[in-house]
Amino acid sequence: MTNLAGASIWFVGARAMQHFVEFLQTHGSRFVDGTIITVQQAILAALLAIAIAAVMGLMRLSKIWAVRGASIVYIEFFRGTSLLVQLYWIFFVLPLFGITLEKFTAGFIAVGMNLGAYGAELVRGSIQAVPRGQYEAALALNMSTYKRMTRIILPQALLIMLPPWGNLLIELLKGTALVSLISVADLMFEAKQINGVTYLSAECFGTALIIYYLMARVVVAPSMRMFETAWSRKMGRA
Amino acid sequence: MFDWKWDFTIEIMPRLLWATLNTLMAAGFGYLIALVVGLVFALAQRTGFRPLTMVVREIVEFIRSTPLVVQIFFVFYVGPQFGIRLSPWTSGMIAIGLHYAAYLSEVYRAGLDSVPRGQWEACKALNLSNGRTYFRIIIPQALPPSLPGMGNYLVGIFKDTPMLSVIGVAELMHTATAVGSETYRYLEPYTIVGLIFLAISLPTAFGLRRFEAWVRRAFGMS
Repeated sequence: MTNLAGASIWFVGARAMQHFVEFLQTHGSRFVDGTIITVQQAILAALLAIAIAAVMGLMRLSKIWAVRGASIVYIEFFRGTSLLVQLYWIFFVLPLFGITLEKFTAGFIAVGMNLGAYGAELVRGSIQAVPRGQYEAALALNMSTYKRMTRIILPQALLIMLPPWGNLLIELLKGTALVSLISVADLMFEAKQINGVTYLSAECFGTALIIYYLMARVVVAPSMRMFETAWSRKMGRA
Repeated sequence: MFDWKWDFTIEIMPRLLWATLNTLMAAGFGYLIALVVGLVFALAQRTGFRPLTMVVREIVEFIRSTPLVVQIFFVFYVGPQFGIRLSPWTSGMIAIGLHYAAYLSEVYRAGLDSVPRGQWEACKALNLSNGRTYFRIIIPQALPPSLPGMGNYLVGIFKDTPMLSVIGVAELMHTATAVGSETYRYLEPYTIVGLIFLAISLPTAFGLRRFEAWVRRAFGMS
């Protein structure tokens, strides 16, 4: 009896596998195309987010209230509304103000600006988390403000903020799925298109989910961990 | 501003405000599901039964590292393929609830881990039952450190509800898009949506921080 059950499970599993392989043979190339666009969007958005996070995070700590205020407004605005709302606003409303962006550009700009606001808070938090004695020692050694920042504070702050940045970059990768809604032909968009033709929803969206998962778990997370180890070794902490 | 029409704004306002109620309802229901399922996920990882722990761990990781929109589409479209028809509302709630359950389970886990080992050992030494250990000793201590994370995800789930519009849940974003495509005016609806989100999420975040401080004081933790 158990043998029969085992055999039939094996049979069903093999059939499903064969079906899935056929599905990938027919539509695999489109998933590859979509993945390439998703990777491009994620890289461009990440570069933008890192730049914004650095600038806004430092501005947030400025002694001049106008500078600090500007960064608070930016951060609270982008963290207080949804990425999807920001994306639609940038794509549908900005043209009315004479700024027309192509959908590809609008996509990564929206994702980058949104995640940049979250990143700015990480930058601020990590700089504040560097022990106070480090500031005081740098001051006692008569270092200039610039030198104190670049040689003492920021390298240590980077070590503190790297783990949360790993999570943030995974959030960013996930955020790029939304650009499919303004018809950028990314992974999500291709999955939706293939689903519209074949109605094989489990296969389409399942494949997309697995690709996103692999990108996050096999590419982003380990490379961030490697960077973290390398940096802490450079700082003489490991 | 440029060609902002106030009469049009006032005309569409009631529709958008009604849709805001739907958005709040979606966030509320989704959060309730997430609170409960998240606890199940967290406790399942503490059972000590390794296969279960590993499977749940992997499920949580998978949900956390894949996009919510894809999950929403998955839940909505895969059911019918196997003869299960789910309404947009139901599948939306399942998807967003499970997504945030995975996040909340991590918050619970960190909270439970933050309770010192000695507390567990003291419970065992005093021969307290499992239920008593959890409800009288562990959870009261695990709750205050978990609250900031839980609060963040409450605001987070609210900000992610616009994604439900992709399967046709008539929440705020969906209504704004509908208004836009009827009137060919996107400036006012999308701007108002942004402002409504700000007007709700900023005070909520502020209120939650006050609440956390109050709880910490009430539990005598600071």
